[in-house]
Amino acid sequence: MKTRAILSVLGEDRVGIVAAVSGTLAQCGVNIEDIRQTILSGVFSMTMLVTVDEEACPFDRVQARLAEVANDLGLQITLQREDVFRFMHRI
Amino acid sequence: MLQLSPEEIAETLTMITQQHFDIRTVTLSLSLTGCAADTVEGVAERIYERVTQSAEKLVETCERLAREFGVPIVNTRVAVTPVAEVAPAGAADLTPIAHALERAAQAVGIDFIGGFSALMHKGIGAADRALVASLPGSLSTTERVCASVSVASTRAGINMDAILLTADAIVETAQATAHRDGVGCAKLVAFCNVVEDNPFMAGAMHGAGEPDACVNVGISGPGVVRAVVRSLPDDADLTAVAEAIKATAFKITRAGELIAREAASRLGVQMGIVDLSLAPTPAEGDSVAEVIEAIGVERCGGPGTTTALALLNDAVKKGGAMGTSSTGGLSGAFIPVSEDAGMARAAATGALSLEKLEAMTSVCSVGLDMIAVPGDTPVETLAAIISDACAIGVVNNKTTAARIVPVPHKGPGETAYFGGLLGSAPVMSVNEWAGVRLVRRGGRMPAPLSALRN
Repeated sequence: MKTRAILSVLGEDRVGIVAAVSGTLAQCGVNIEDIRQTILSGVFSMTMLVTVDEEACPFDRVQARLAEVANDLGLQITLQREDVFRFMHRI
Repeated sequence: MLQLSPEEIAETLTMITQQHFDIRTVTLSLSLTGCAADTVEGVAERIYERVTQSAEKLVETCERLAREFGVPIVNTRVAVTPVAEVAPAGAADLTPIAHALERAAQAVGIDFIGGFSALMHKGIGAADRALVASLPGSLSTTERVCASVSVASTRAGINMDAILLTADAIVETAQATAHRDGVGCAKLVAFCNVVEDNPFMAGAMHGAGEPDACVNVGISGPGVVRAVVRSLPDDADLTAVAEAIKATAFKITRAGELIAREAASRLGVQMGIVDLSLAPTPAEGDSVAEVIEAIGVERCGGPGTTTALALLNDAVKKGGAMGTSSTGGLSGAFIPVSEDAGMARAAATGALSLEKLEAMTSVCSVGLDMIAVPGDTPVETLAAIISDACAIGVVNNKTTAARIVPVPHKGPGETAYFGGLLGSAPVMSVNEWAGVRLVRRGGRMPAPLSALRN
């Protein structure tokens, strides 16, 4: 089963955030479909649309791996199914 | 391709992380058809099996949903058919059924189970009488069992005999739980125009017109609504305020709709309803009173409160109704005193009185909710308070309810502590000129003319 999800990353800018996040996603077999990223007053903000292949790596496992990255780099990372955003912001 | 803007994504994340946005309850509603037996013990055993088998995966499923969608689900609960409906003939004590519900709730890991209930709005059956008689013993020896009684309806009028019976049970339950400020009464609610698909405790039950099992979801979000109102300019007019609340209610409801669909699908049951009630918690910032204050009332309870609440309630319904086609339950803002820090504060400062709460109940949902009154309040006064709430519901064709705690050995100005989600509340003073003779007349106040709608 493939699940579309939104990945949000927020935290102090530093070298290697994109590499760490995308590297972890690649290891989990998660495909990145779109990326938006900005730095505002030193705060790194990145939003990704991704597809999780749950047969390759279950959703909660991907979340756990991302939590490790968040912990290591002092970031706030959330991975949520895309439906929740679509439901709340589109009729 | 990302079809959502980063701002929209950030808005949802802010709602969750900073404004207490969550799904207040996912309630699995279960019919007890098939649980009838010749003895109370037999019924109790069957109910235990029905609940534990059907709700076995409820908590796990909801935890998983919350993780995947990133929206907290605060409570998972179970509601069952009013127990008096499946009580065996001639049973006098239904406490064993309450104990079975308690054990079942414990086994499946939920904090409340609703439906230890009796429907008496038109008449009191033997099983109803047995259930009400079992309330003090049941509510004082269980933690998770929630009870409710239906004592009035627009179609039937007000059953004063049922109200008096309930008021007696309230007094006895308070005494039986006197060491904990009468907390047993916090799990007992008296309804007018009871709804069959209410996901919220203490009044959740599985109505006669419902399928075998379904999932009902209660949304939350007073904190989000307050933040939105506060973000408006000071000179935003009332239409602009209503518009902002409406747009927010839509978003909140959509999340509820999504969770309800997914939960029902994963549990293999029908999706029931999404309840559009704004439900506060004792947490700071998660308060309906603070929304009213953000709209522009100095302190909740002051003049203007009923208007602000009417605006809020209506805007939530309009936004919510666009968000789901399965509206149901109570669908009106809750104003529980002890479960809403802003309400409790307003009551403690004297801004909010029992009479104002009664006025507020005419424009929102369950009005006289989680109200602490002096422990020596006479039973007739309690009955009269309940019947006044019912009169508003009966005449205006809406649900009203009363959840009153006469706090043993405490009087006005003191504070009752119930703990957890039930919160704490100042003991409110009660008008001493009660209609004792009115309630002692008993019988049934006839249904109003507005009941004849066909």
